[in-house]
Amino acid sequence: MKNENLYNYILGIADNSLILGQRLGELTGHGPSLETDIACTNISLDLFGQVRSYFQYATKIAGDDRTEDDIAMLRKEREYKNVLLVEQPNTNFAYTMARQFLFDVYHLAFLAELQKSTDLTLSAIANKCIKEVSYHERFSSDWIKRLGDGTEESKAKMQEAIDGLWTYTDELFHQTEADKAMVAEGIGVDVTKLKDAYYARVSEILEESTLETPESKWFQKGGKEGIHTEHLGYLLAELQYMQRAYPNMEW
Amino acid sequence: MITEEQNIDEILIPILEKVFDPEIPVLSIMDMGVVRSAFIKNNIVKVEITPTYSGCPAMDVIGDDIKLALKQAGYESKIELILHPAWTTDWITPRGRKALEDYGIAAPLDAETDKDVLLNGKRIVKCTNCGSTNTRLVSQFGSTACKAQFQCDDCQEPFDYFKCLK
Repeated sequence: MKNENLYNYILGIADNSLILGQRLGELTGHGPSLETDIACTNISLDLFGQVRSYFQYATKIAGDDRTEDDIAMLRKEREYKNVLLVEQPNTNFAYTMARQFLFDVYHLAFLAELQKSTDLTLSAIANKCIKEVSYHERFSSDWIKRLGDGTEESKAKMQEAIDGLWTYTDELFHQTEADKAMVAEGIGVDVTKLKDAYYARVSEILEESTLETPESKWFQKGGKEGIHTEHLGYLLAELQYMQRAYPNMEW
Repeated sequence: MITEEQNIDEILIPILEKVFDPEIPVLSIMDMGVVRSAFIKNNIVKVEITPTYSGCPAMDVIGDDIKLALKQAGYESKIELILHPAWTTDWITPRGRKALEDYGIAAPLDAETDKDVLLNGKRIVKCTNCGSTNTRLVSQFGSTACKAQFQCDDCQEPFDYFKCLK
């Protein structure tokens, strides 16, 4: 492949949306209420739509006969480049919303920068996605506030979810080799520069929600290099089932 | 509103106006503003459409419906999905907004007012049933990705609001 860094870079961005979209999709018909069920699956649909734009572009870069379905459905676990945060399970609604919130704040800031990419396709995709993601961020921050500043029980559960997922936040700002190469070319976003504003924004919302910002400085990483938590394998088994059982289906 | 970079051959307008959004069957794709260009070259119509939302499942159907409508009018066609410039609710025409309202979907407000409604719980959206603005947000996400759920506190009717996308 001529431009392997760009290909890997696109997959790195897209895999976050793919895996998070799949997690949210698990709630179809299982959300805690009709409205939240519909909201989670709408967000999932947005993310899958975004993934298609990225993967369609990736197939052009690859320039061989692979399709967007191949990229989405037929890679092995170690070939997925999503951050560990998005593959964490829907333990309860607090976890689902905390995971969404911790990702949305990052996603919004990331897309704002990707809009400035010198790669016109990526900047067009970012320009499209950011409008949708700003709704996601509003929705998830709203739930952090509602549950954090809610009842004693909802507050305890939300705090537990934030504490539990906190260890996966730092990885958002790690650079891979593909990242570095793309930043150097003016195509990619320098994620290290998003970190301070991210934690400031997250703390601001947590404070407004009467929640504590965790102080732990011990962080998990590995997803961007394909080293995942045990949860991803199970998720992929479900995601890939149809394609492997009935090869060559189109999504 | 006729918008920048829209380039449509006049002969094709009446044909395209008869293609409707499969999820909002009163709204023509022309009034929705998703057709960005359409012209005839070597007897083939090339149509560029832009998605409303990235994951909008209606786009594939809209593409097929355009092809079918053009075929019935005697044209072969090629449909291309473009992402730039990104679709905005500003591209919905006044006629399209009226069609939405008549159908029971409140038309999008401007970006600032939209924020006040969705974030700060302001009662501004007009009920499509009784016209009252004593309405409240039930959920930021409605029956499709582009809509939010509202309820009127005067006539109690639930309805959809087409969210501002800008």
